[in-house]
Amino acid sequence: MDDLLVRTGGWLALAVLAVFAVAVSADFGFSVHMAIVAAAAFLVMMLTLRNADYNPVQAVTGPDQSRYDDEPIRWGVIATIFWGVAGLAAGLYIALQLAFPVLNLGLEYTSFGRLRPLHTSAVIFAFGGNALIATSFYVVQRTCRARLAFPNLARFVFWGYQLFIVLAATGYLLGITESREYAEPEWYVDIWLTIVWVAYLAVFVGTIVKRREPHIYVANWFYLSFIITIAMLHVVNNLSIPVSLVGSKSYSLFAGVQDALTQWWYGHNAVGFFLTAGFLAMMYYFVPKQAERPIYSYRLSIIHFWSLIFLYIWAGPHHLHYTALPDWAQTLGMVFSVILWMPSWGGMINGLMTLNGAWDKVRTDPIIRMMVMALAFYGMATFEGPMLSIKAVNSLSHYTDWTVGHVHAGALGWNGMITFACVYYLAPRLWGRTRLYSLRMINWHFWLATLGIVLYAASMWVAGIMQGLMWREYGADGYLVYSFAEVVQAMIPLYLIRAAGGLFYLTGFLIMVWNIVQTVRGRLRDEKPLTDAAFDPAKDRPLPALALGRTNGPLGAPSPATIVAAE
Amino acid sequence: MSYDAFRHFADSWGLVFMGFVYLVLVGWAFLPRNRNRNRDAANMIFKDADHG
Repeated sequence: MDDLLVRTGGWLALAVLAVFAVAVSADFGFSVHMAIVAAAAFLVMMLTLRNADYNPVQAVTGPDQSRYDDEPIRWGVIATIFWGVAGLAAGLYIALQLAFPVLNLGLEYTSFGRLRPLHTSAVIFAFGGNALIATSFYVVQRTCRARLAFPNLARFVFWGYQLFIVLAATGYLLGITESREYAEPEWYVDIWLTIVWVAYLAVFVGTIVKRREPHIYVANWFYLSFIITIAMLHVVNNLSIPVSLVGSKSYSLFAGVQDALTQWWYGHNAVGFFLTAGFLAMMYYFVPKQAERPIYSYRLSIIHFWSLIFLYIWAGPHHLHYTALPDWAQTLGMVFSVILWMPSWGGMINGLMTLNGAWDKVRTDPIIRMMVMALAFYGMATFEGPMLSIKAVNSLSHYTDWTVGHVHAGALGWNGMITFACVYYLAPRLWGRTRLYSLRMINWHFWLATLGIVLYAASMWVAGIMQGLMWREYGADGYLVYSFAEVVQAMIPLYLIRAAGGLFYLTGFLIMVWNIVQTVRGRLRDEKPLTDAAFDPAKDRPLPALALGRTNGPLGAPSPATIVAAE
Repeated sequence: MSYDAFRHFADSWGLVFMGFVYLVLVGWAFLPRNRNRNRDAANMIFKDADHG
């Protein structure tokens, strides 16, 4: 009881503190954010009181250690799907804004500049982040064969992370931003995320420490490197000094080119450790599990791991080619980016070759098909990336939509597809169903998503190269041939094709939402199975003994055996 | 340590040290006596009965 009093009292104190902060806040955005914090703290207090154990006889037995703790994982899968719809819809909307500027609606809140970080953060941190947290909790328990450590902390990680997402998303709409790409949230939201992330690390490491398996499976190495590196990147890149302790504005501790380099050291490693290492962890567990074959080469997975760790961290400066950054640093970033190509392809080959001897599963198992497509896009994006980082290529591609196309080939193709495959793998297992609602709907999702990516990437290649060439074209008299607005006008058809690609991708996602919702409800779709061994009832009968060795059947008709012999 | 000294350490002995650590970590996986351990580790994920 004392413990309950302390906990609810703490939440109430936090809520009261947040209300005070609303009253004394320096700006409107901070007031809104503190109101959200107060509401969240108050809600947690209510739930703590309602769900408390009022039995006077104190329960001494903890949770059943012979069962895995899947509750936060179920929440995580639902959150992944929810934020996925929000993030993809926002993406489609801003894609249409580029083609039809009237969709900015003349409001600051719905302008492209504010919705764009909403889209990127929603898909990367909300959709991807929830998928990473959910799958990491699933994989670490299964591979350590131990129940999740610190169950209350794990629940705090999930809900704390959702609060971070809500604060970040509402902040963008209100115009609260540090203007650092993929690190837009302001100082107090950053502090909150740091607390949540340290709790996440504690749960993950705690589970590894109490493991019943001597070896730590390679997927956990990737997850752990993702958690530790993101913590380091997040803290260093967000070092800033708030203008007021009750205001939303802060200024970076670094200035000028140092600030830019810190930002892109963060930015590229967010790609390297959030969108690559974390999702590779999914690949190293779920691809072998779904294929029912061990990973092609465990040694290769170790090389893959250490090479990514040693190389990725240096690649950031390639985002700052031909800027005030020292030339040697630009070259360093380029060289490491090009070297990175090899371990990336090693990892892709490792994943694909896991299907060696079971390639028929690509035809019969739509989840495997999605995983193969994800790995193919991992390979394509990790080839295109090093190529774009070469200075000569970058001088054409930088600031154009080629970069946007590259990012989306990686994000939609690799991160999206592998996450879909994992969600399809997890849903029947987490909710105790015999199978998914529909396997054929995965197939529809697969083709809609693939078509969407193809339209997206192809249109952005054309758009980017065209844009780059038009910007740099000089006339005979030494003046630029095209004005910026003329280049924008030339892009409109390609913007429309890109938006169509996004629409396909979102439609496929909505099919997944329906499939998962029905699976959770316990429905099974009545459908033709994807594959069946061939069966012909006409041939399914014994060969009469009399027919053998005769030229004619008993009634004068040729027997099947003689027909075969005659042929 | 001044910035200049630090920067020159980074692209000489620092680089050699990092390369050495990398080779040790990767070489470990290639030791012949770790062959069975690698095979067992790769198959470990199939031991679990709960949720297949």
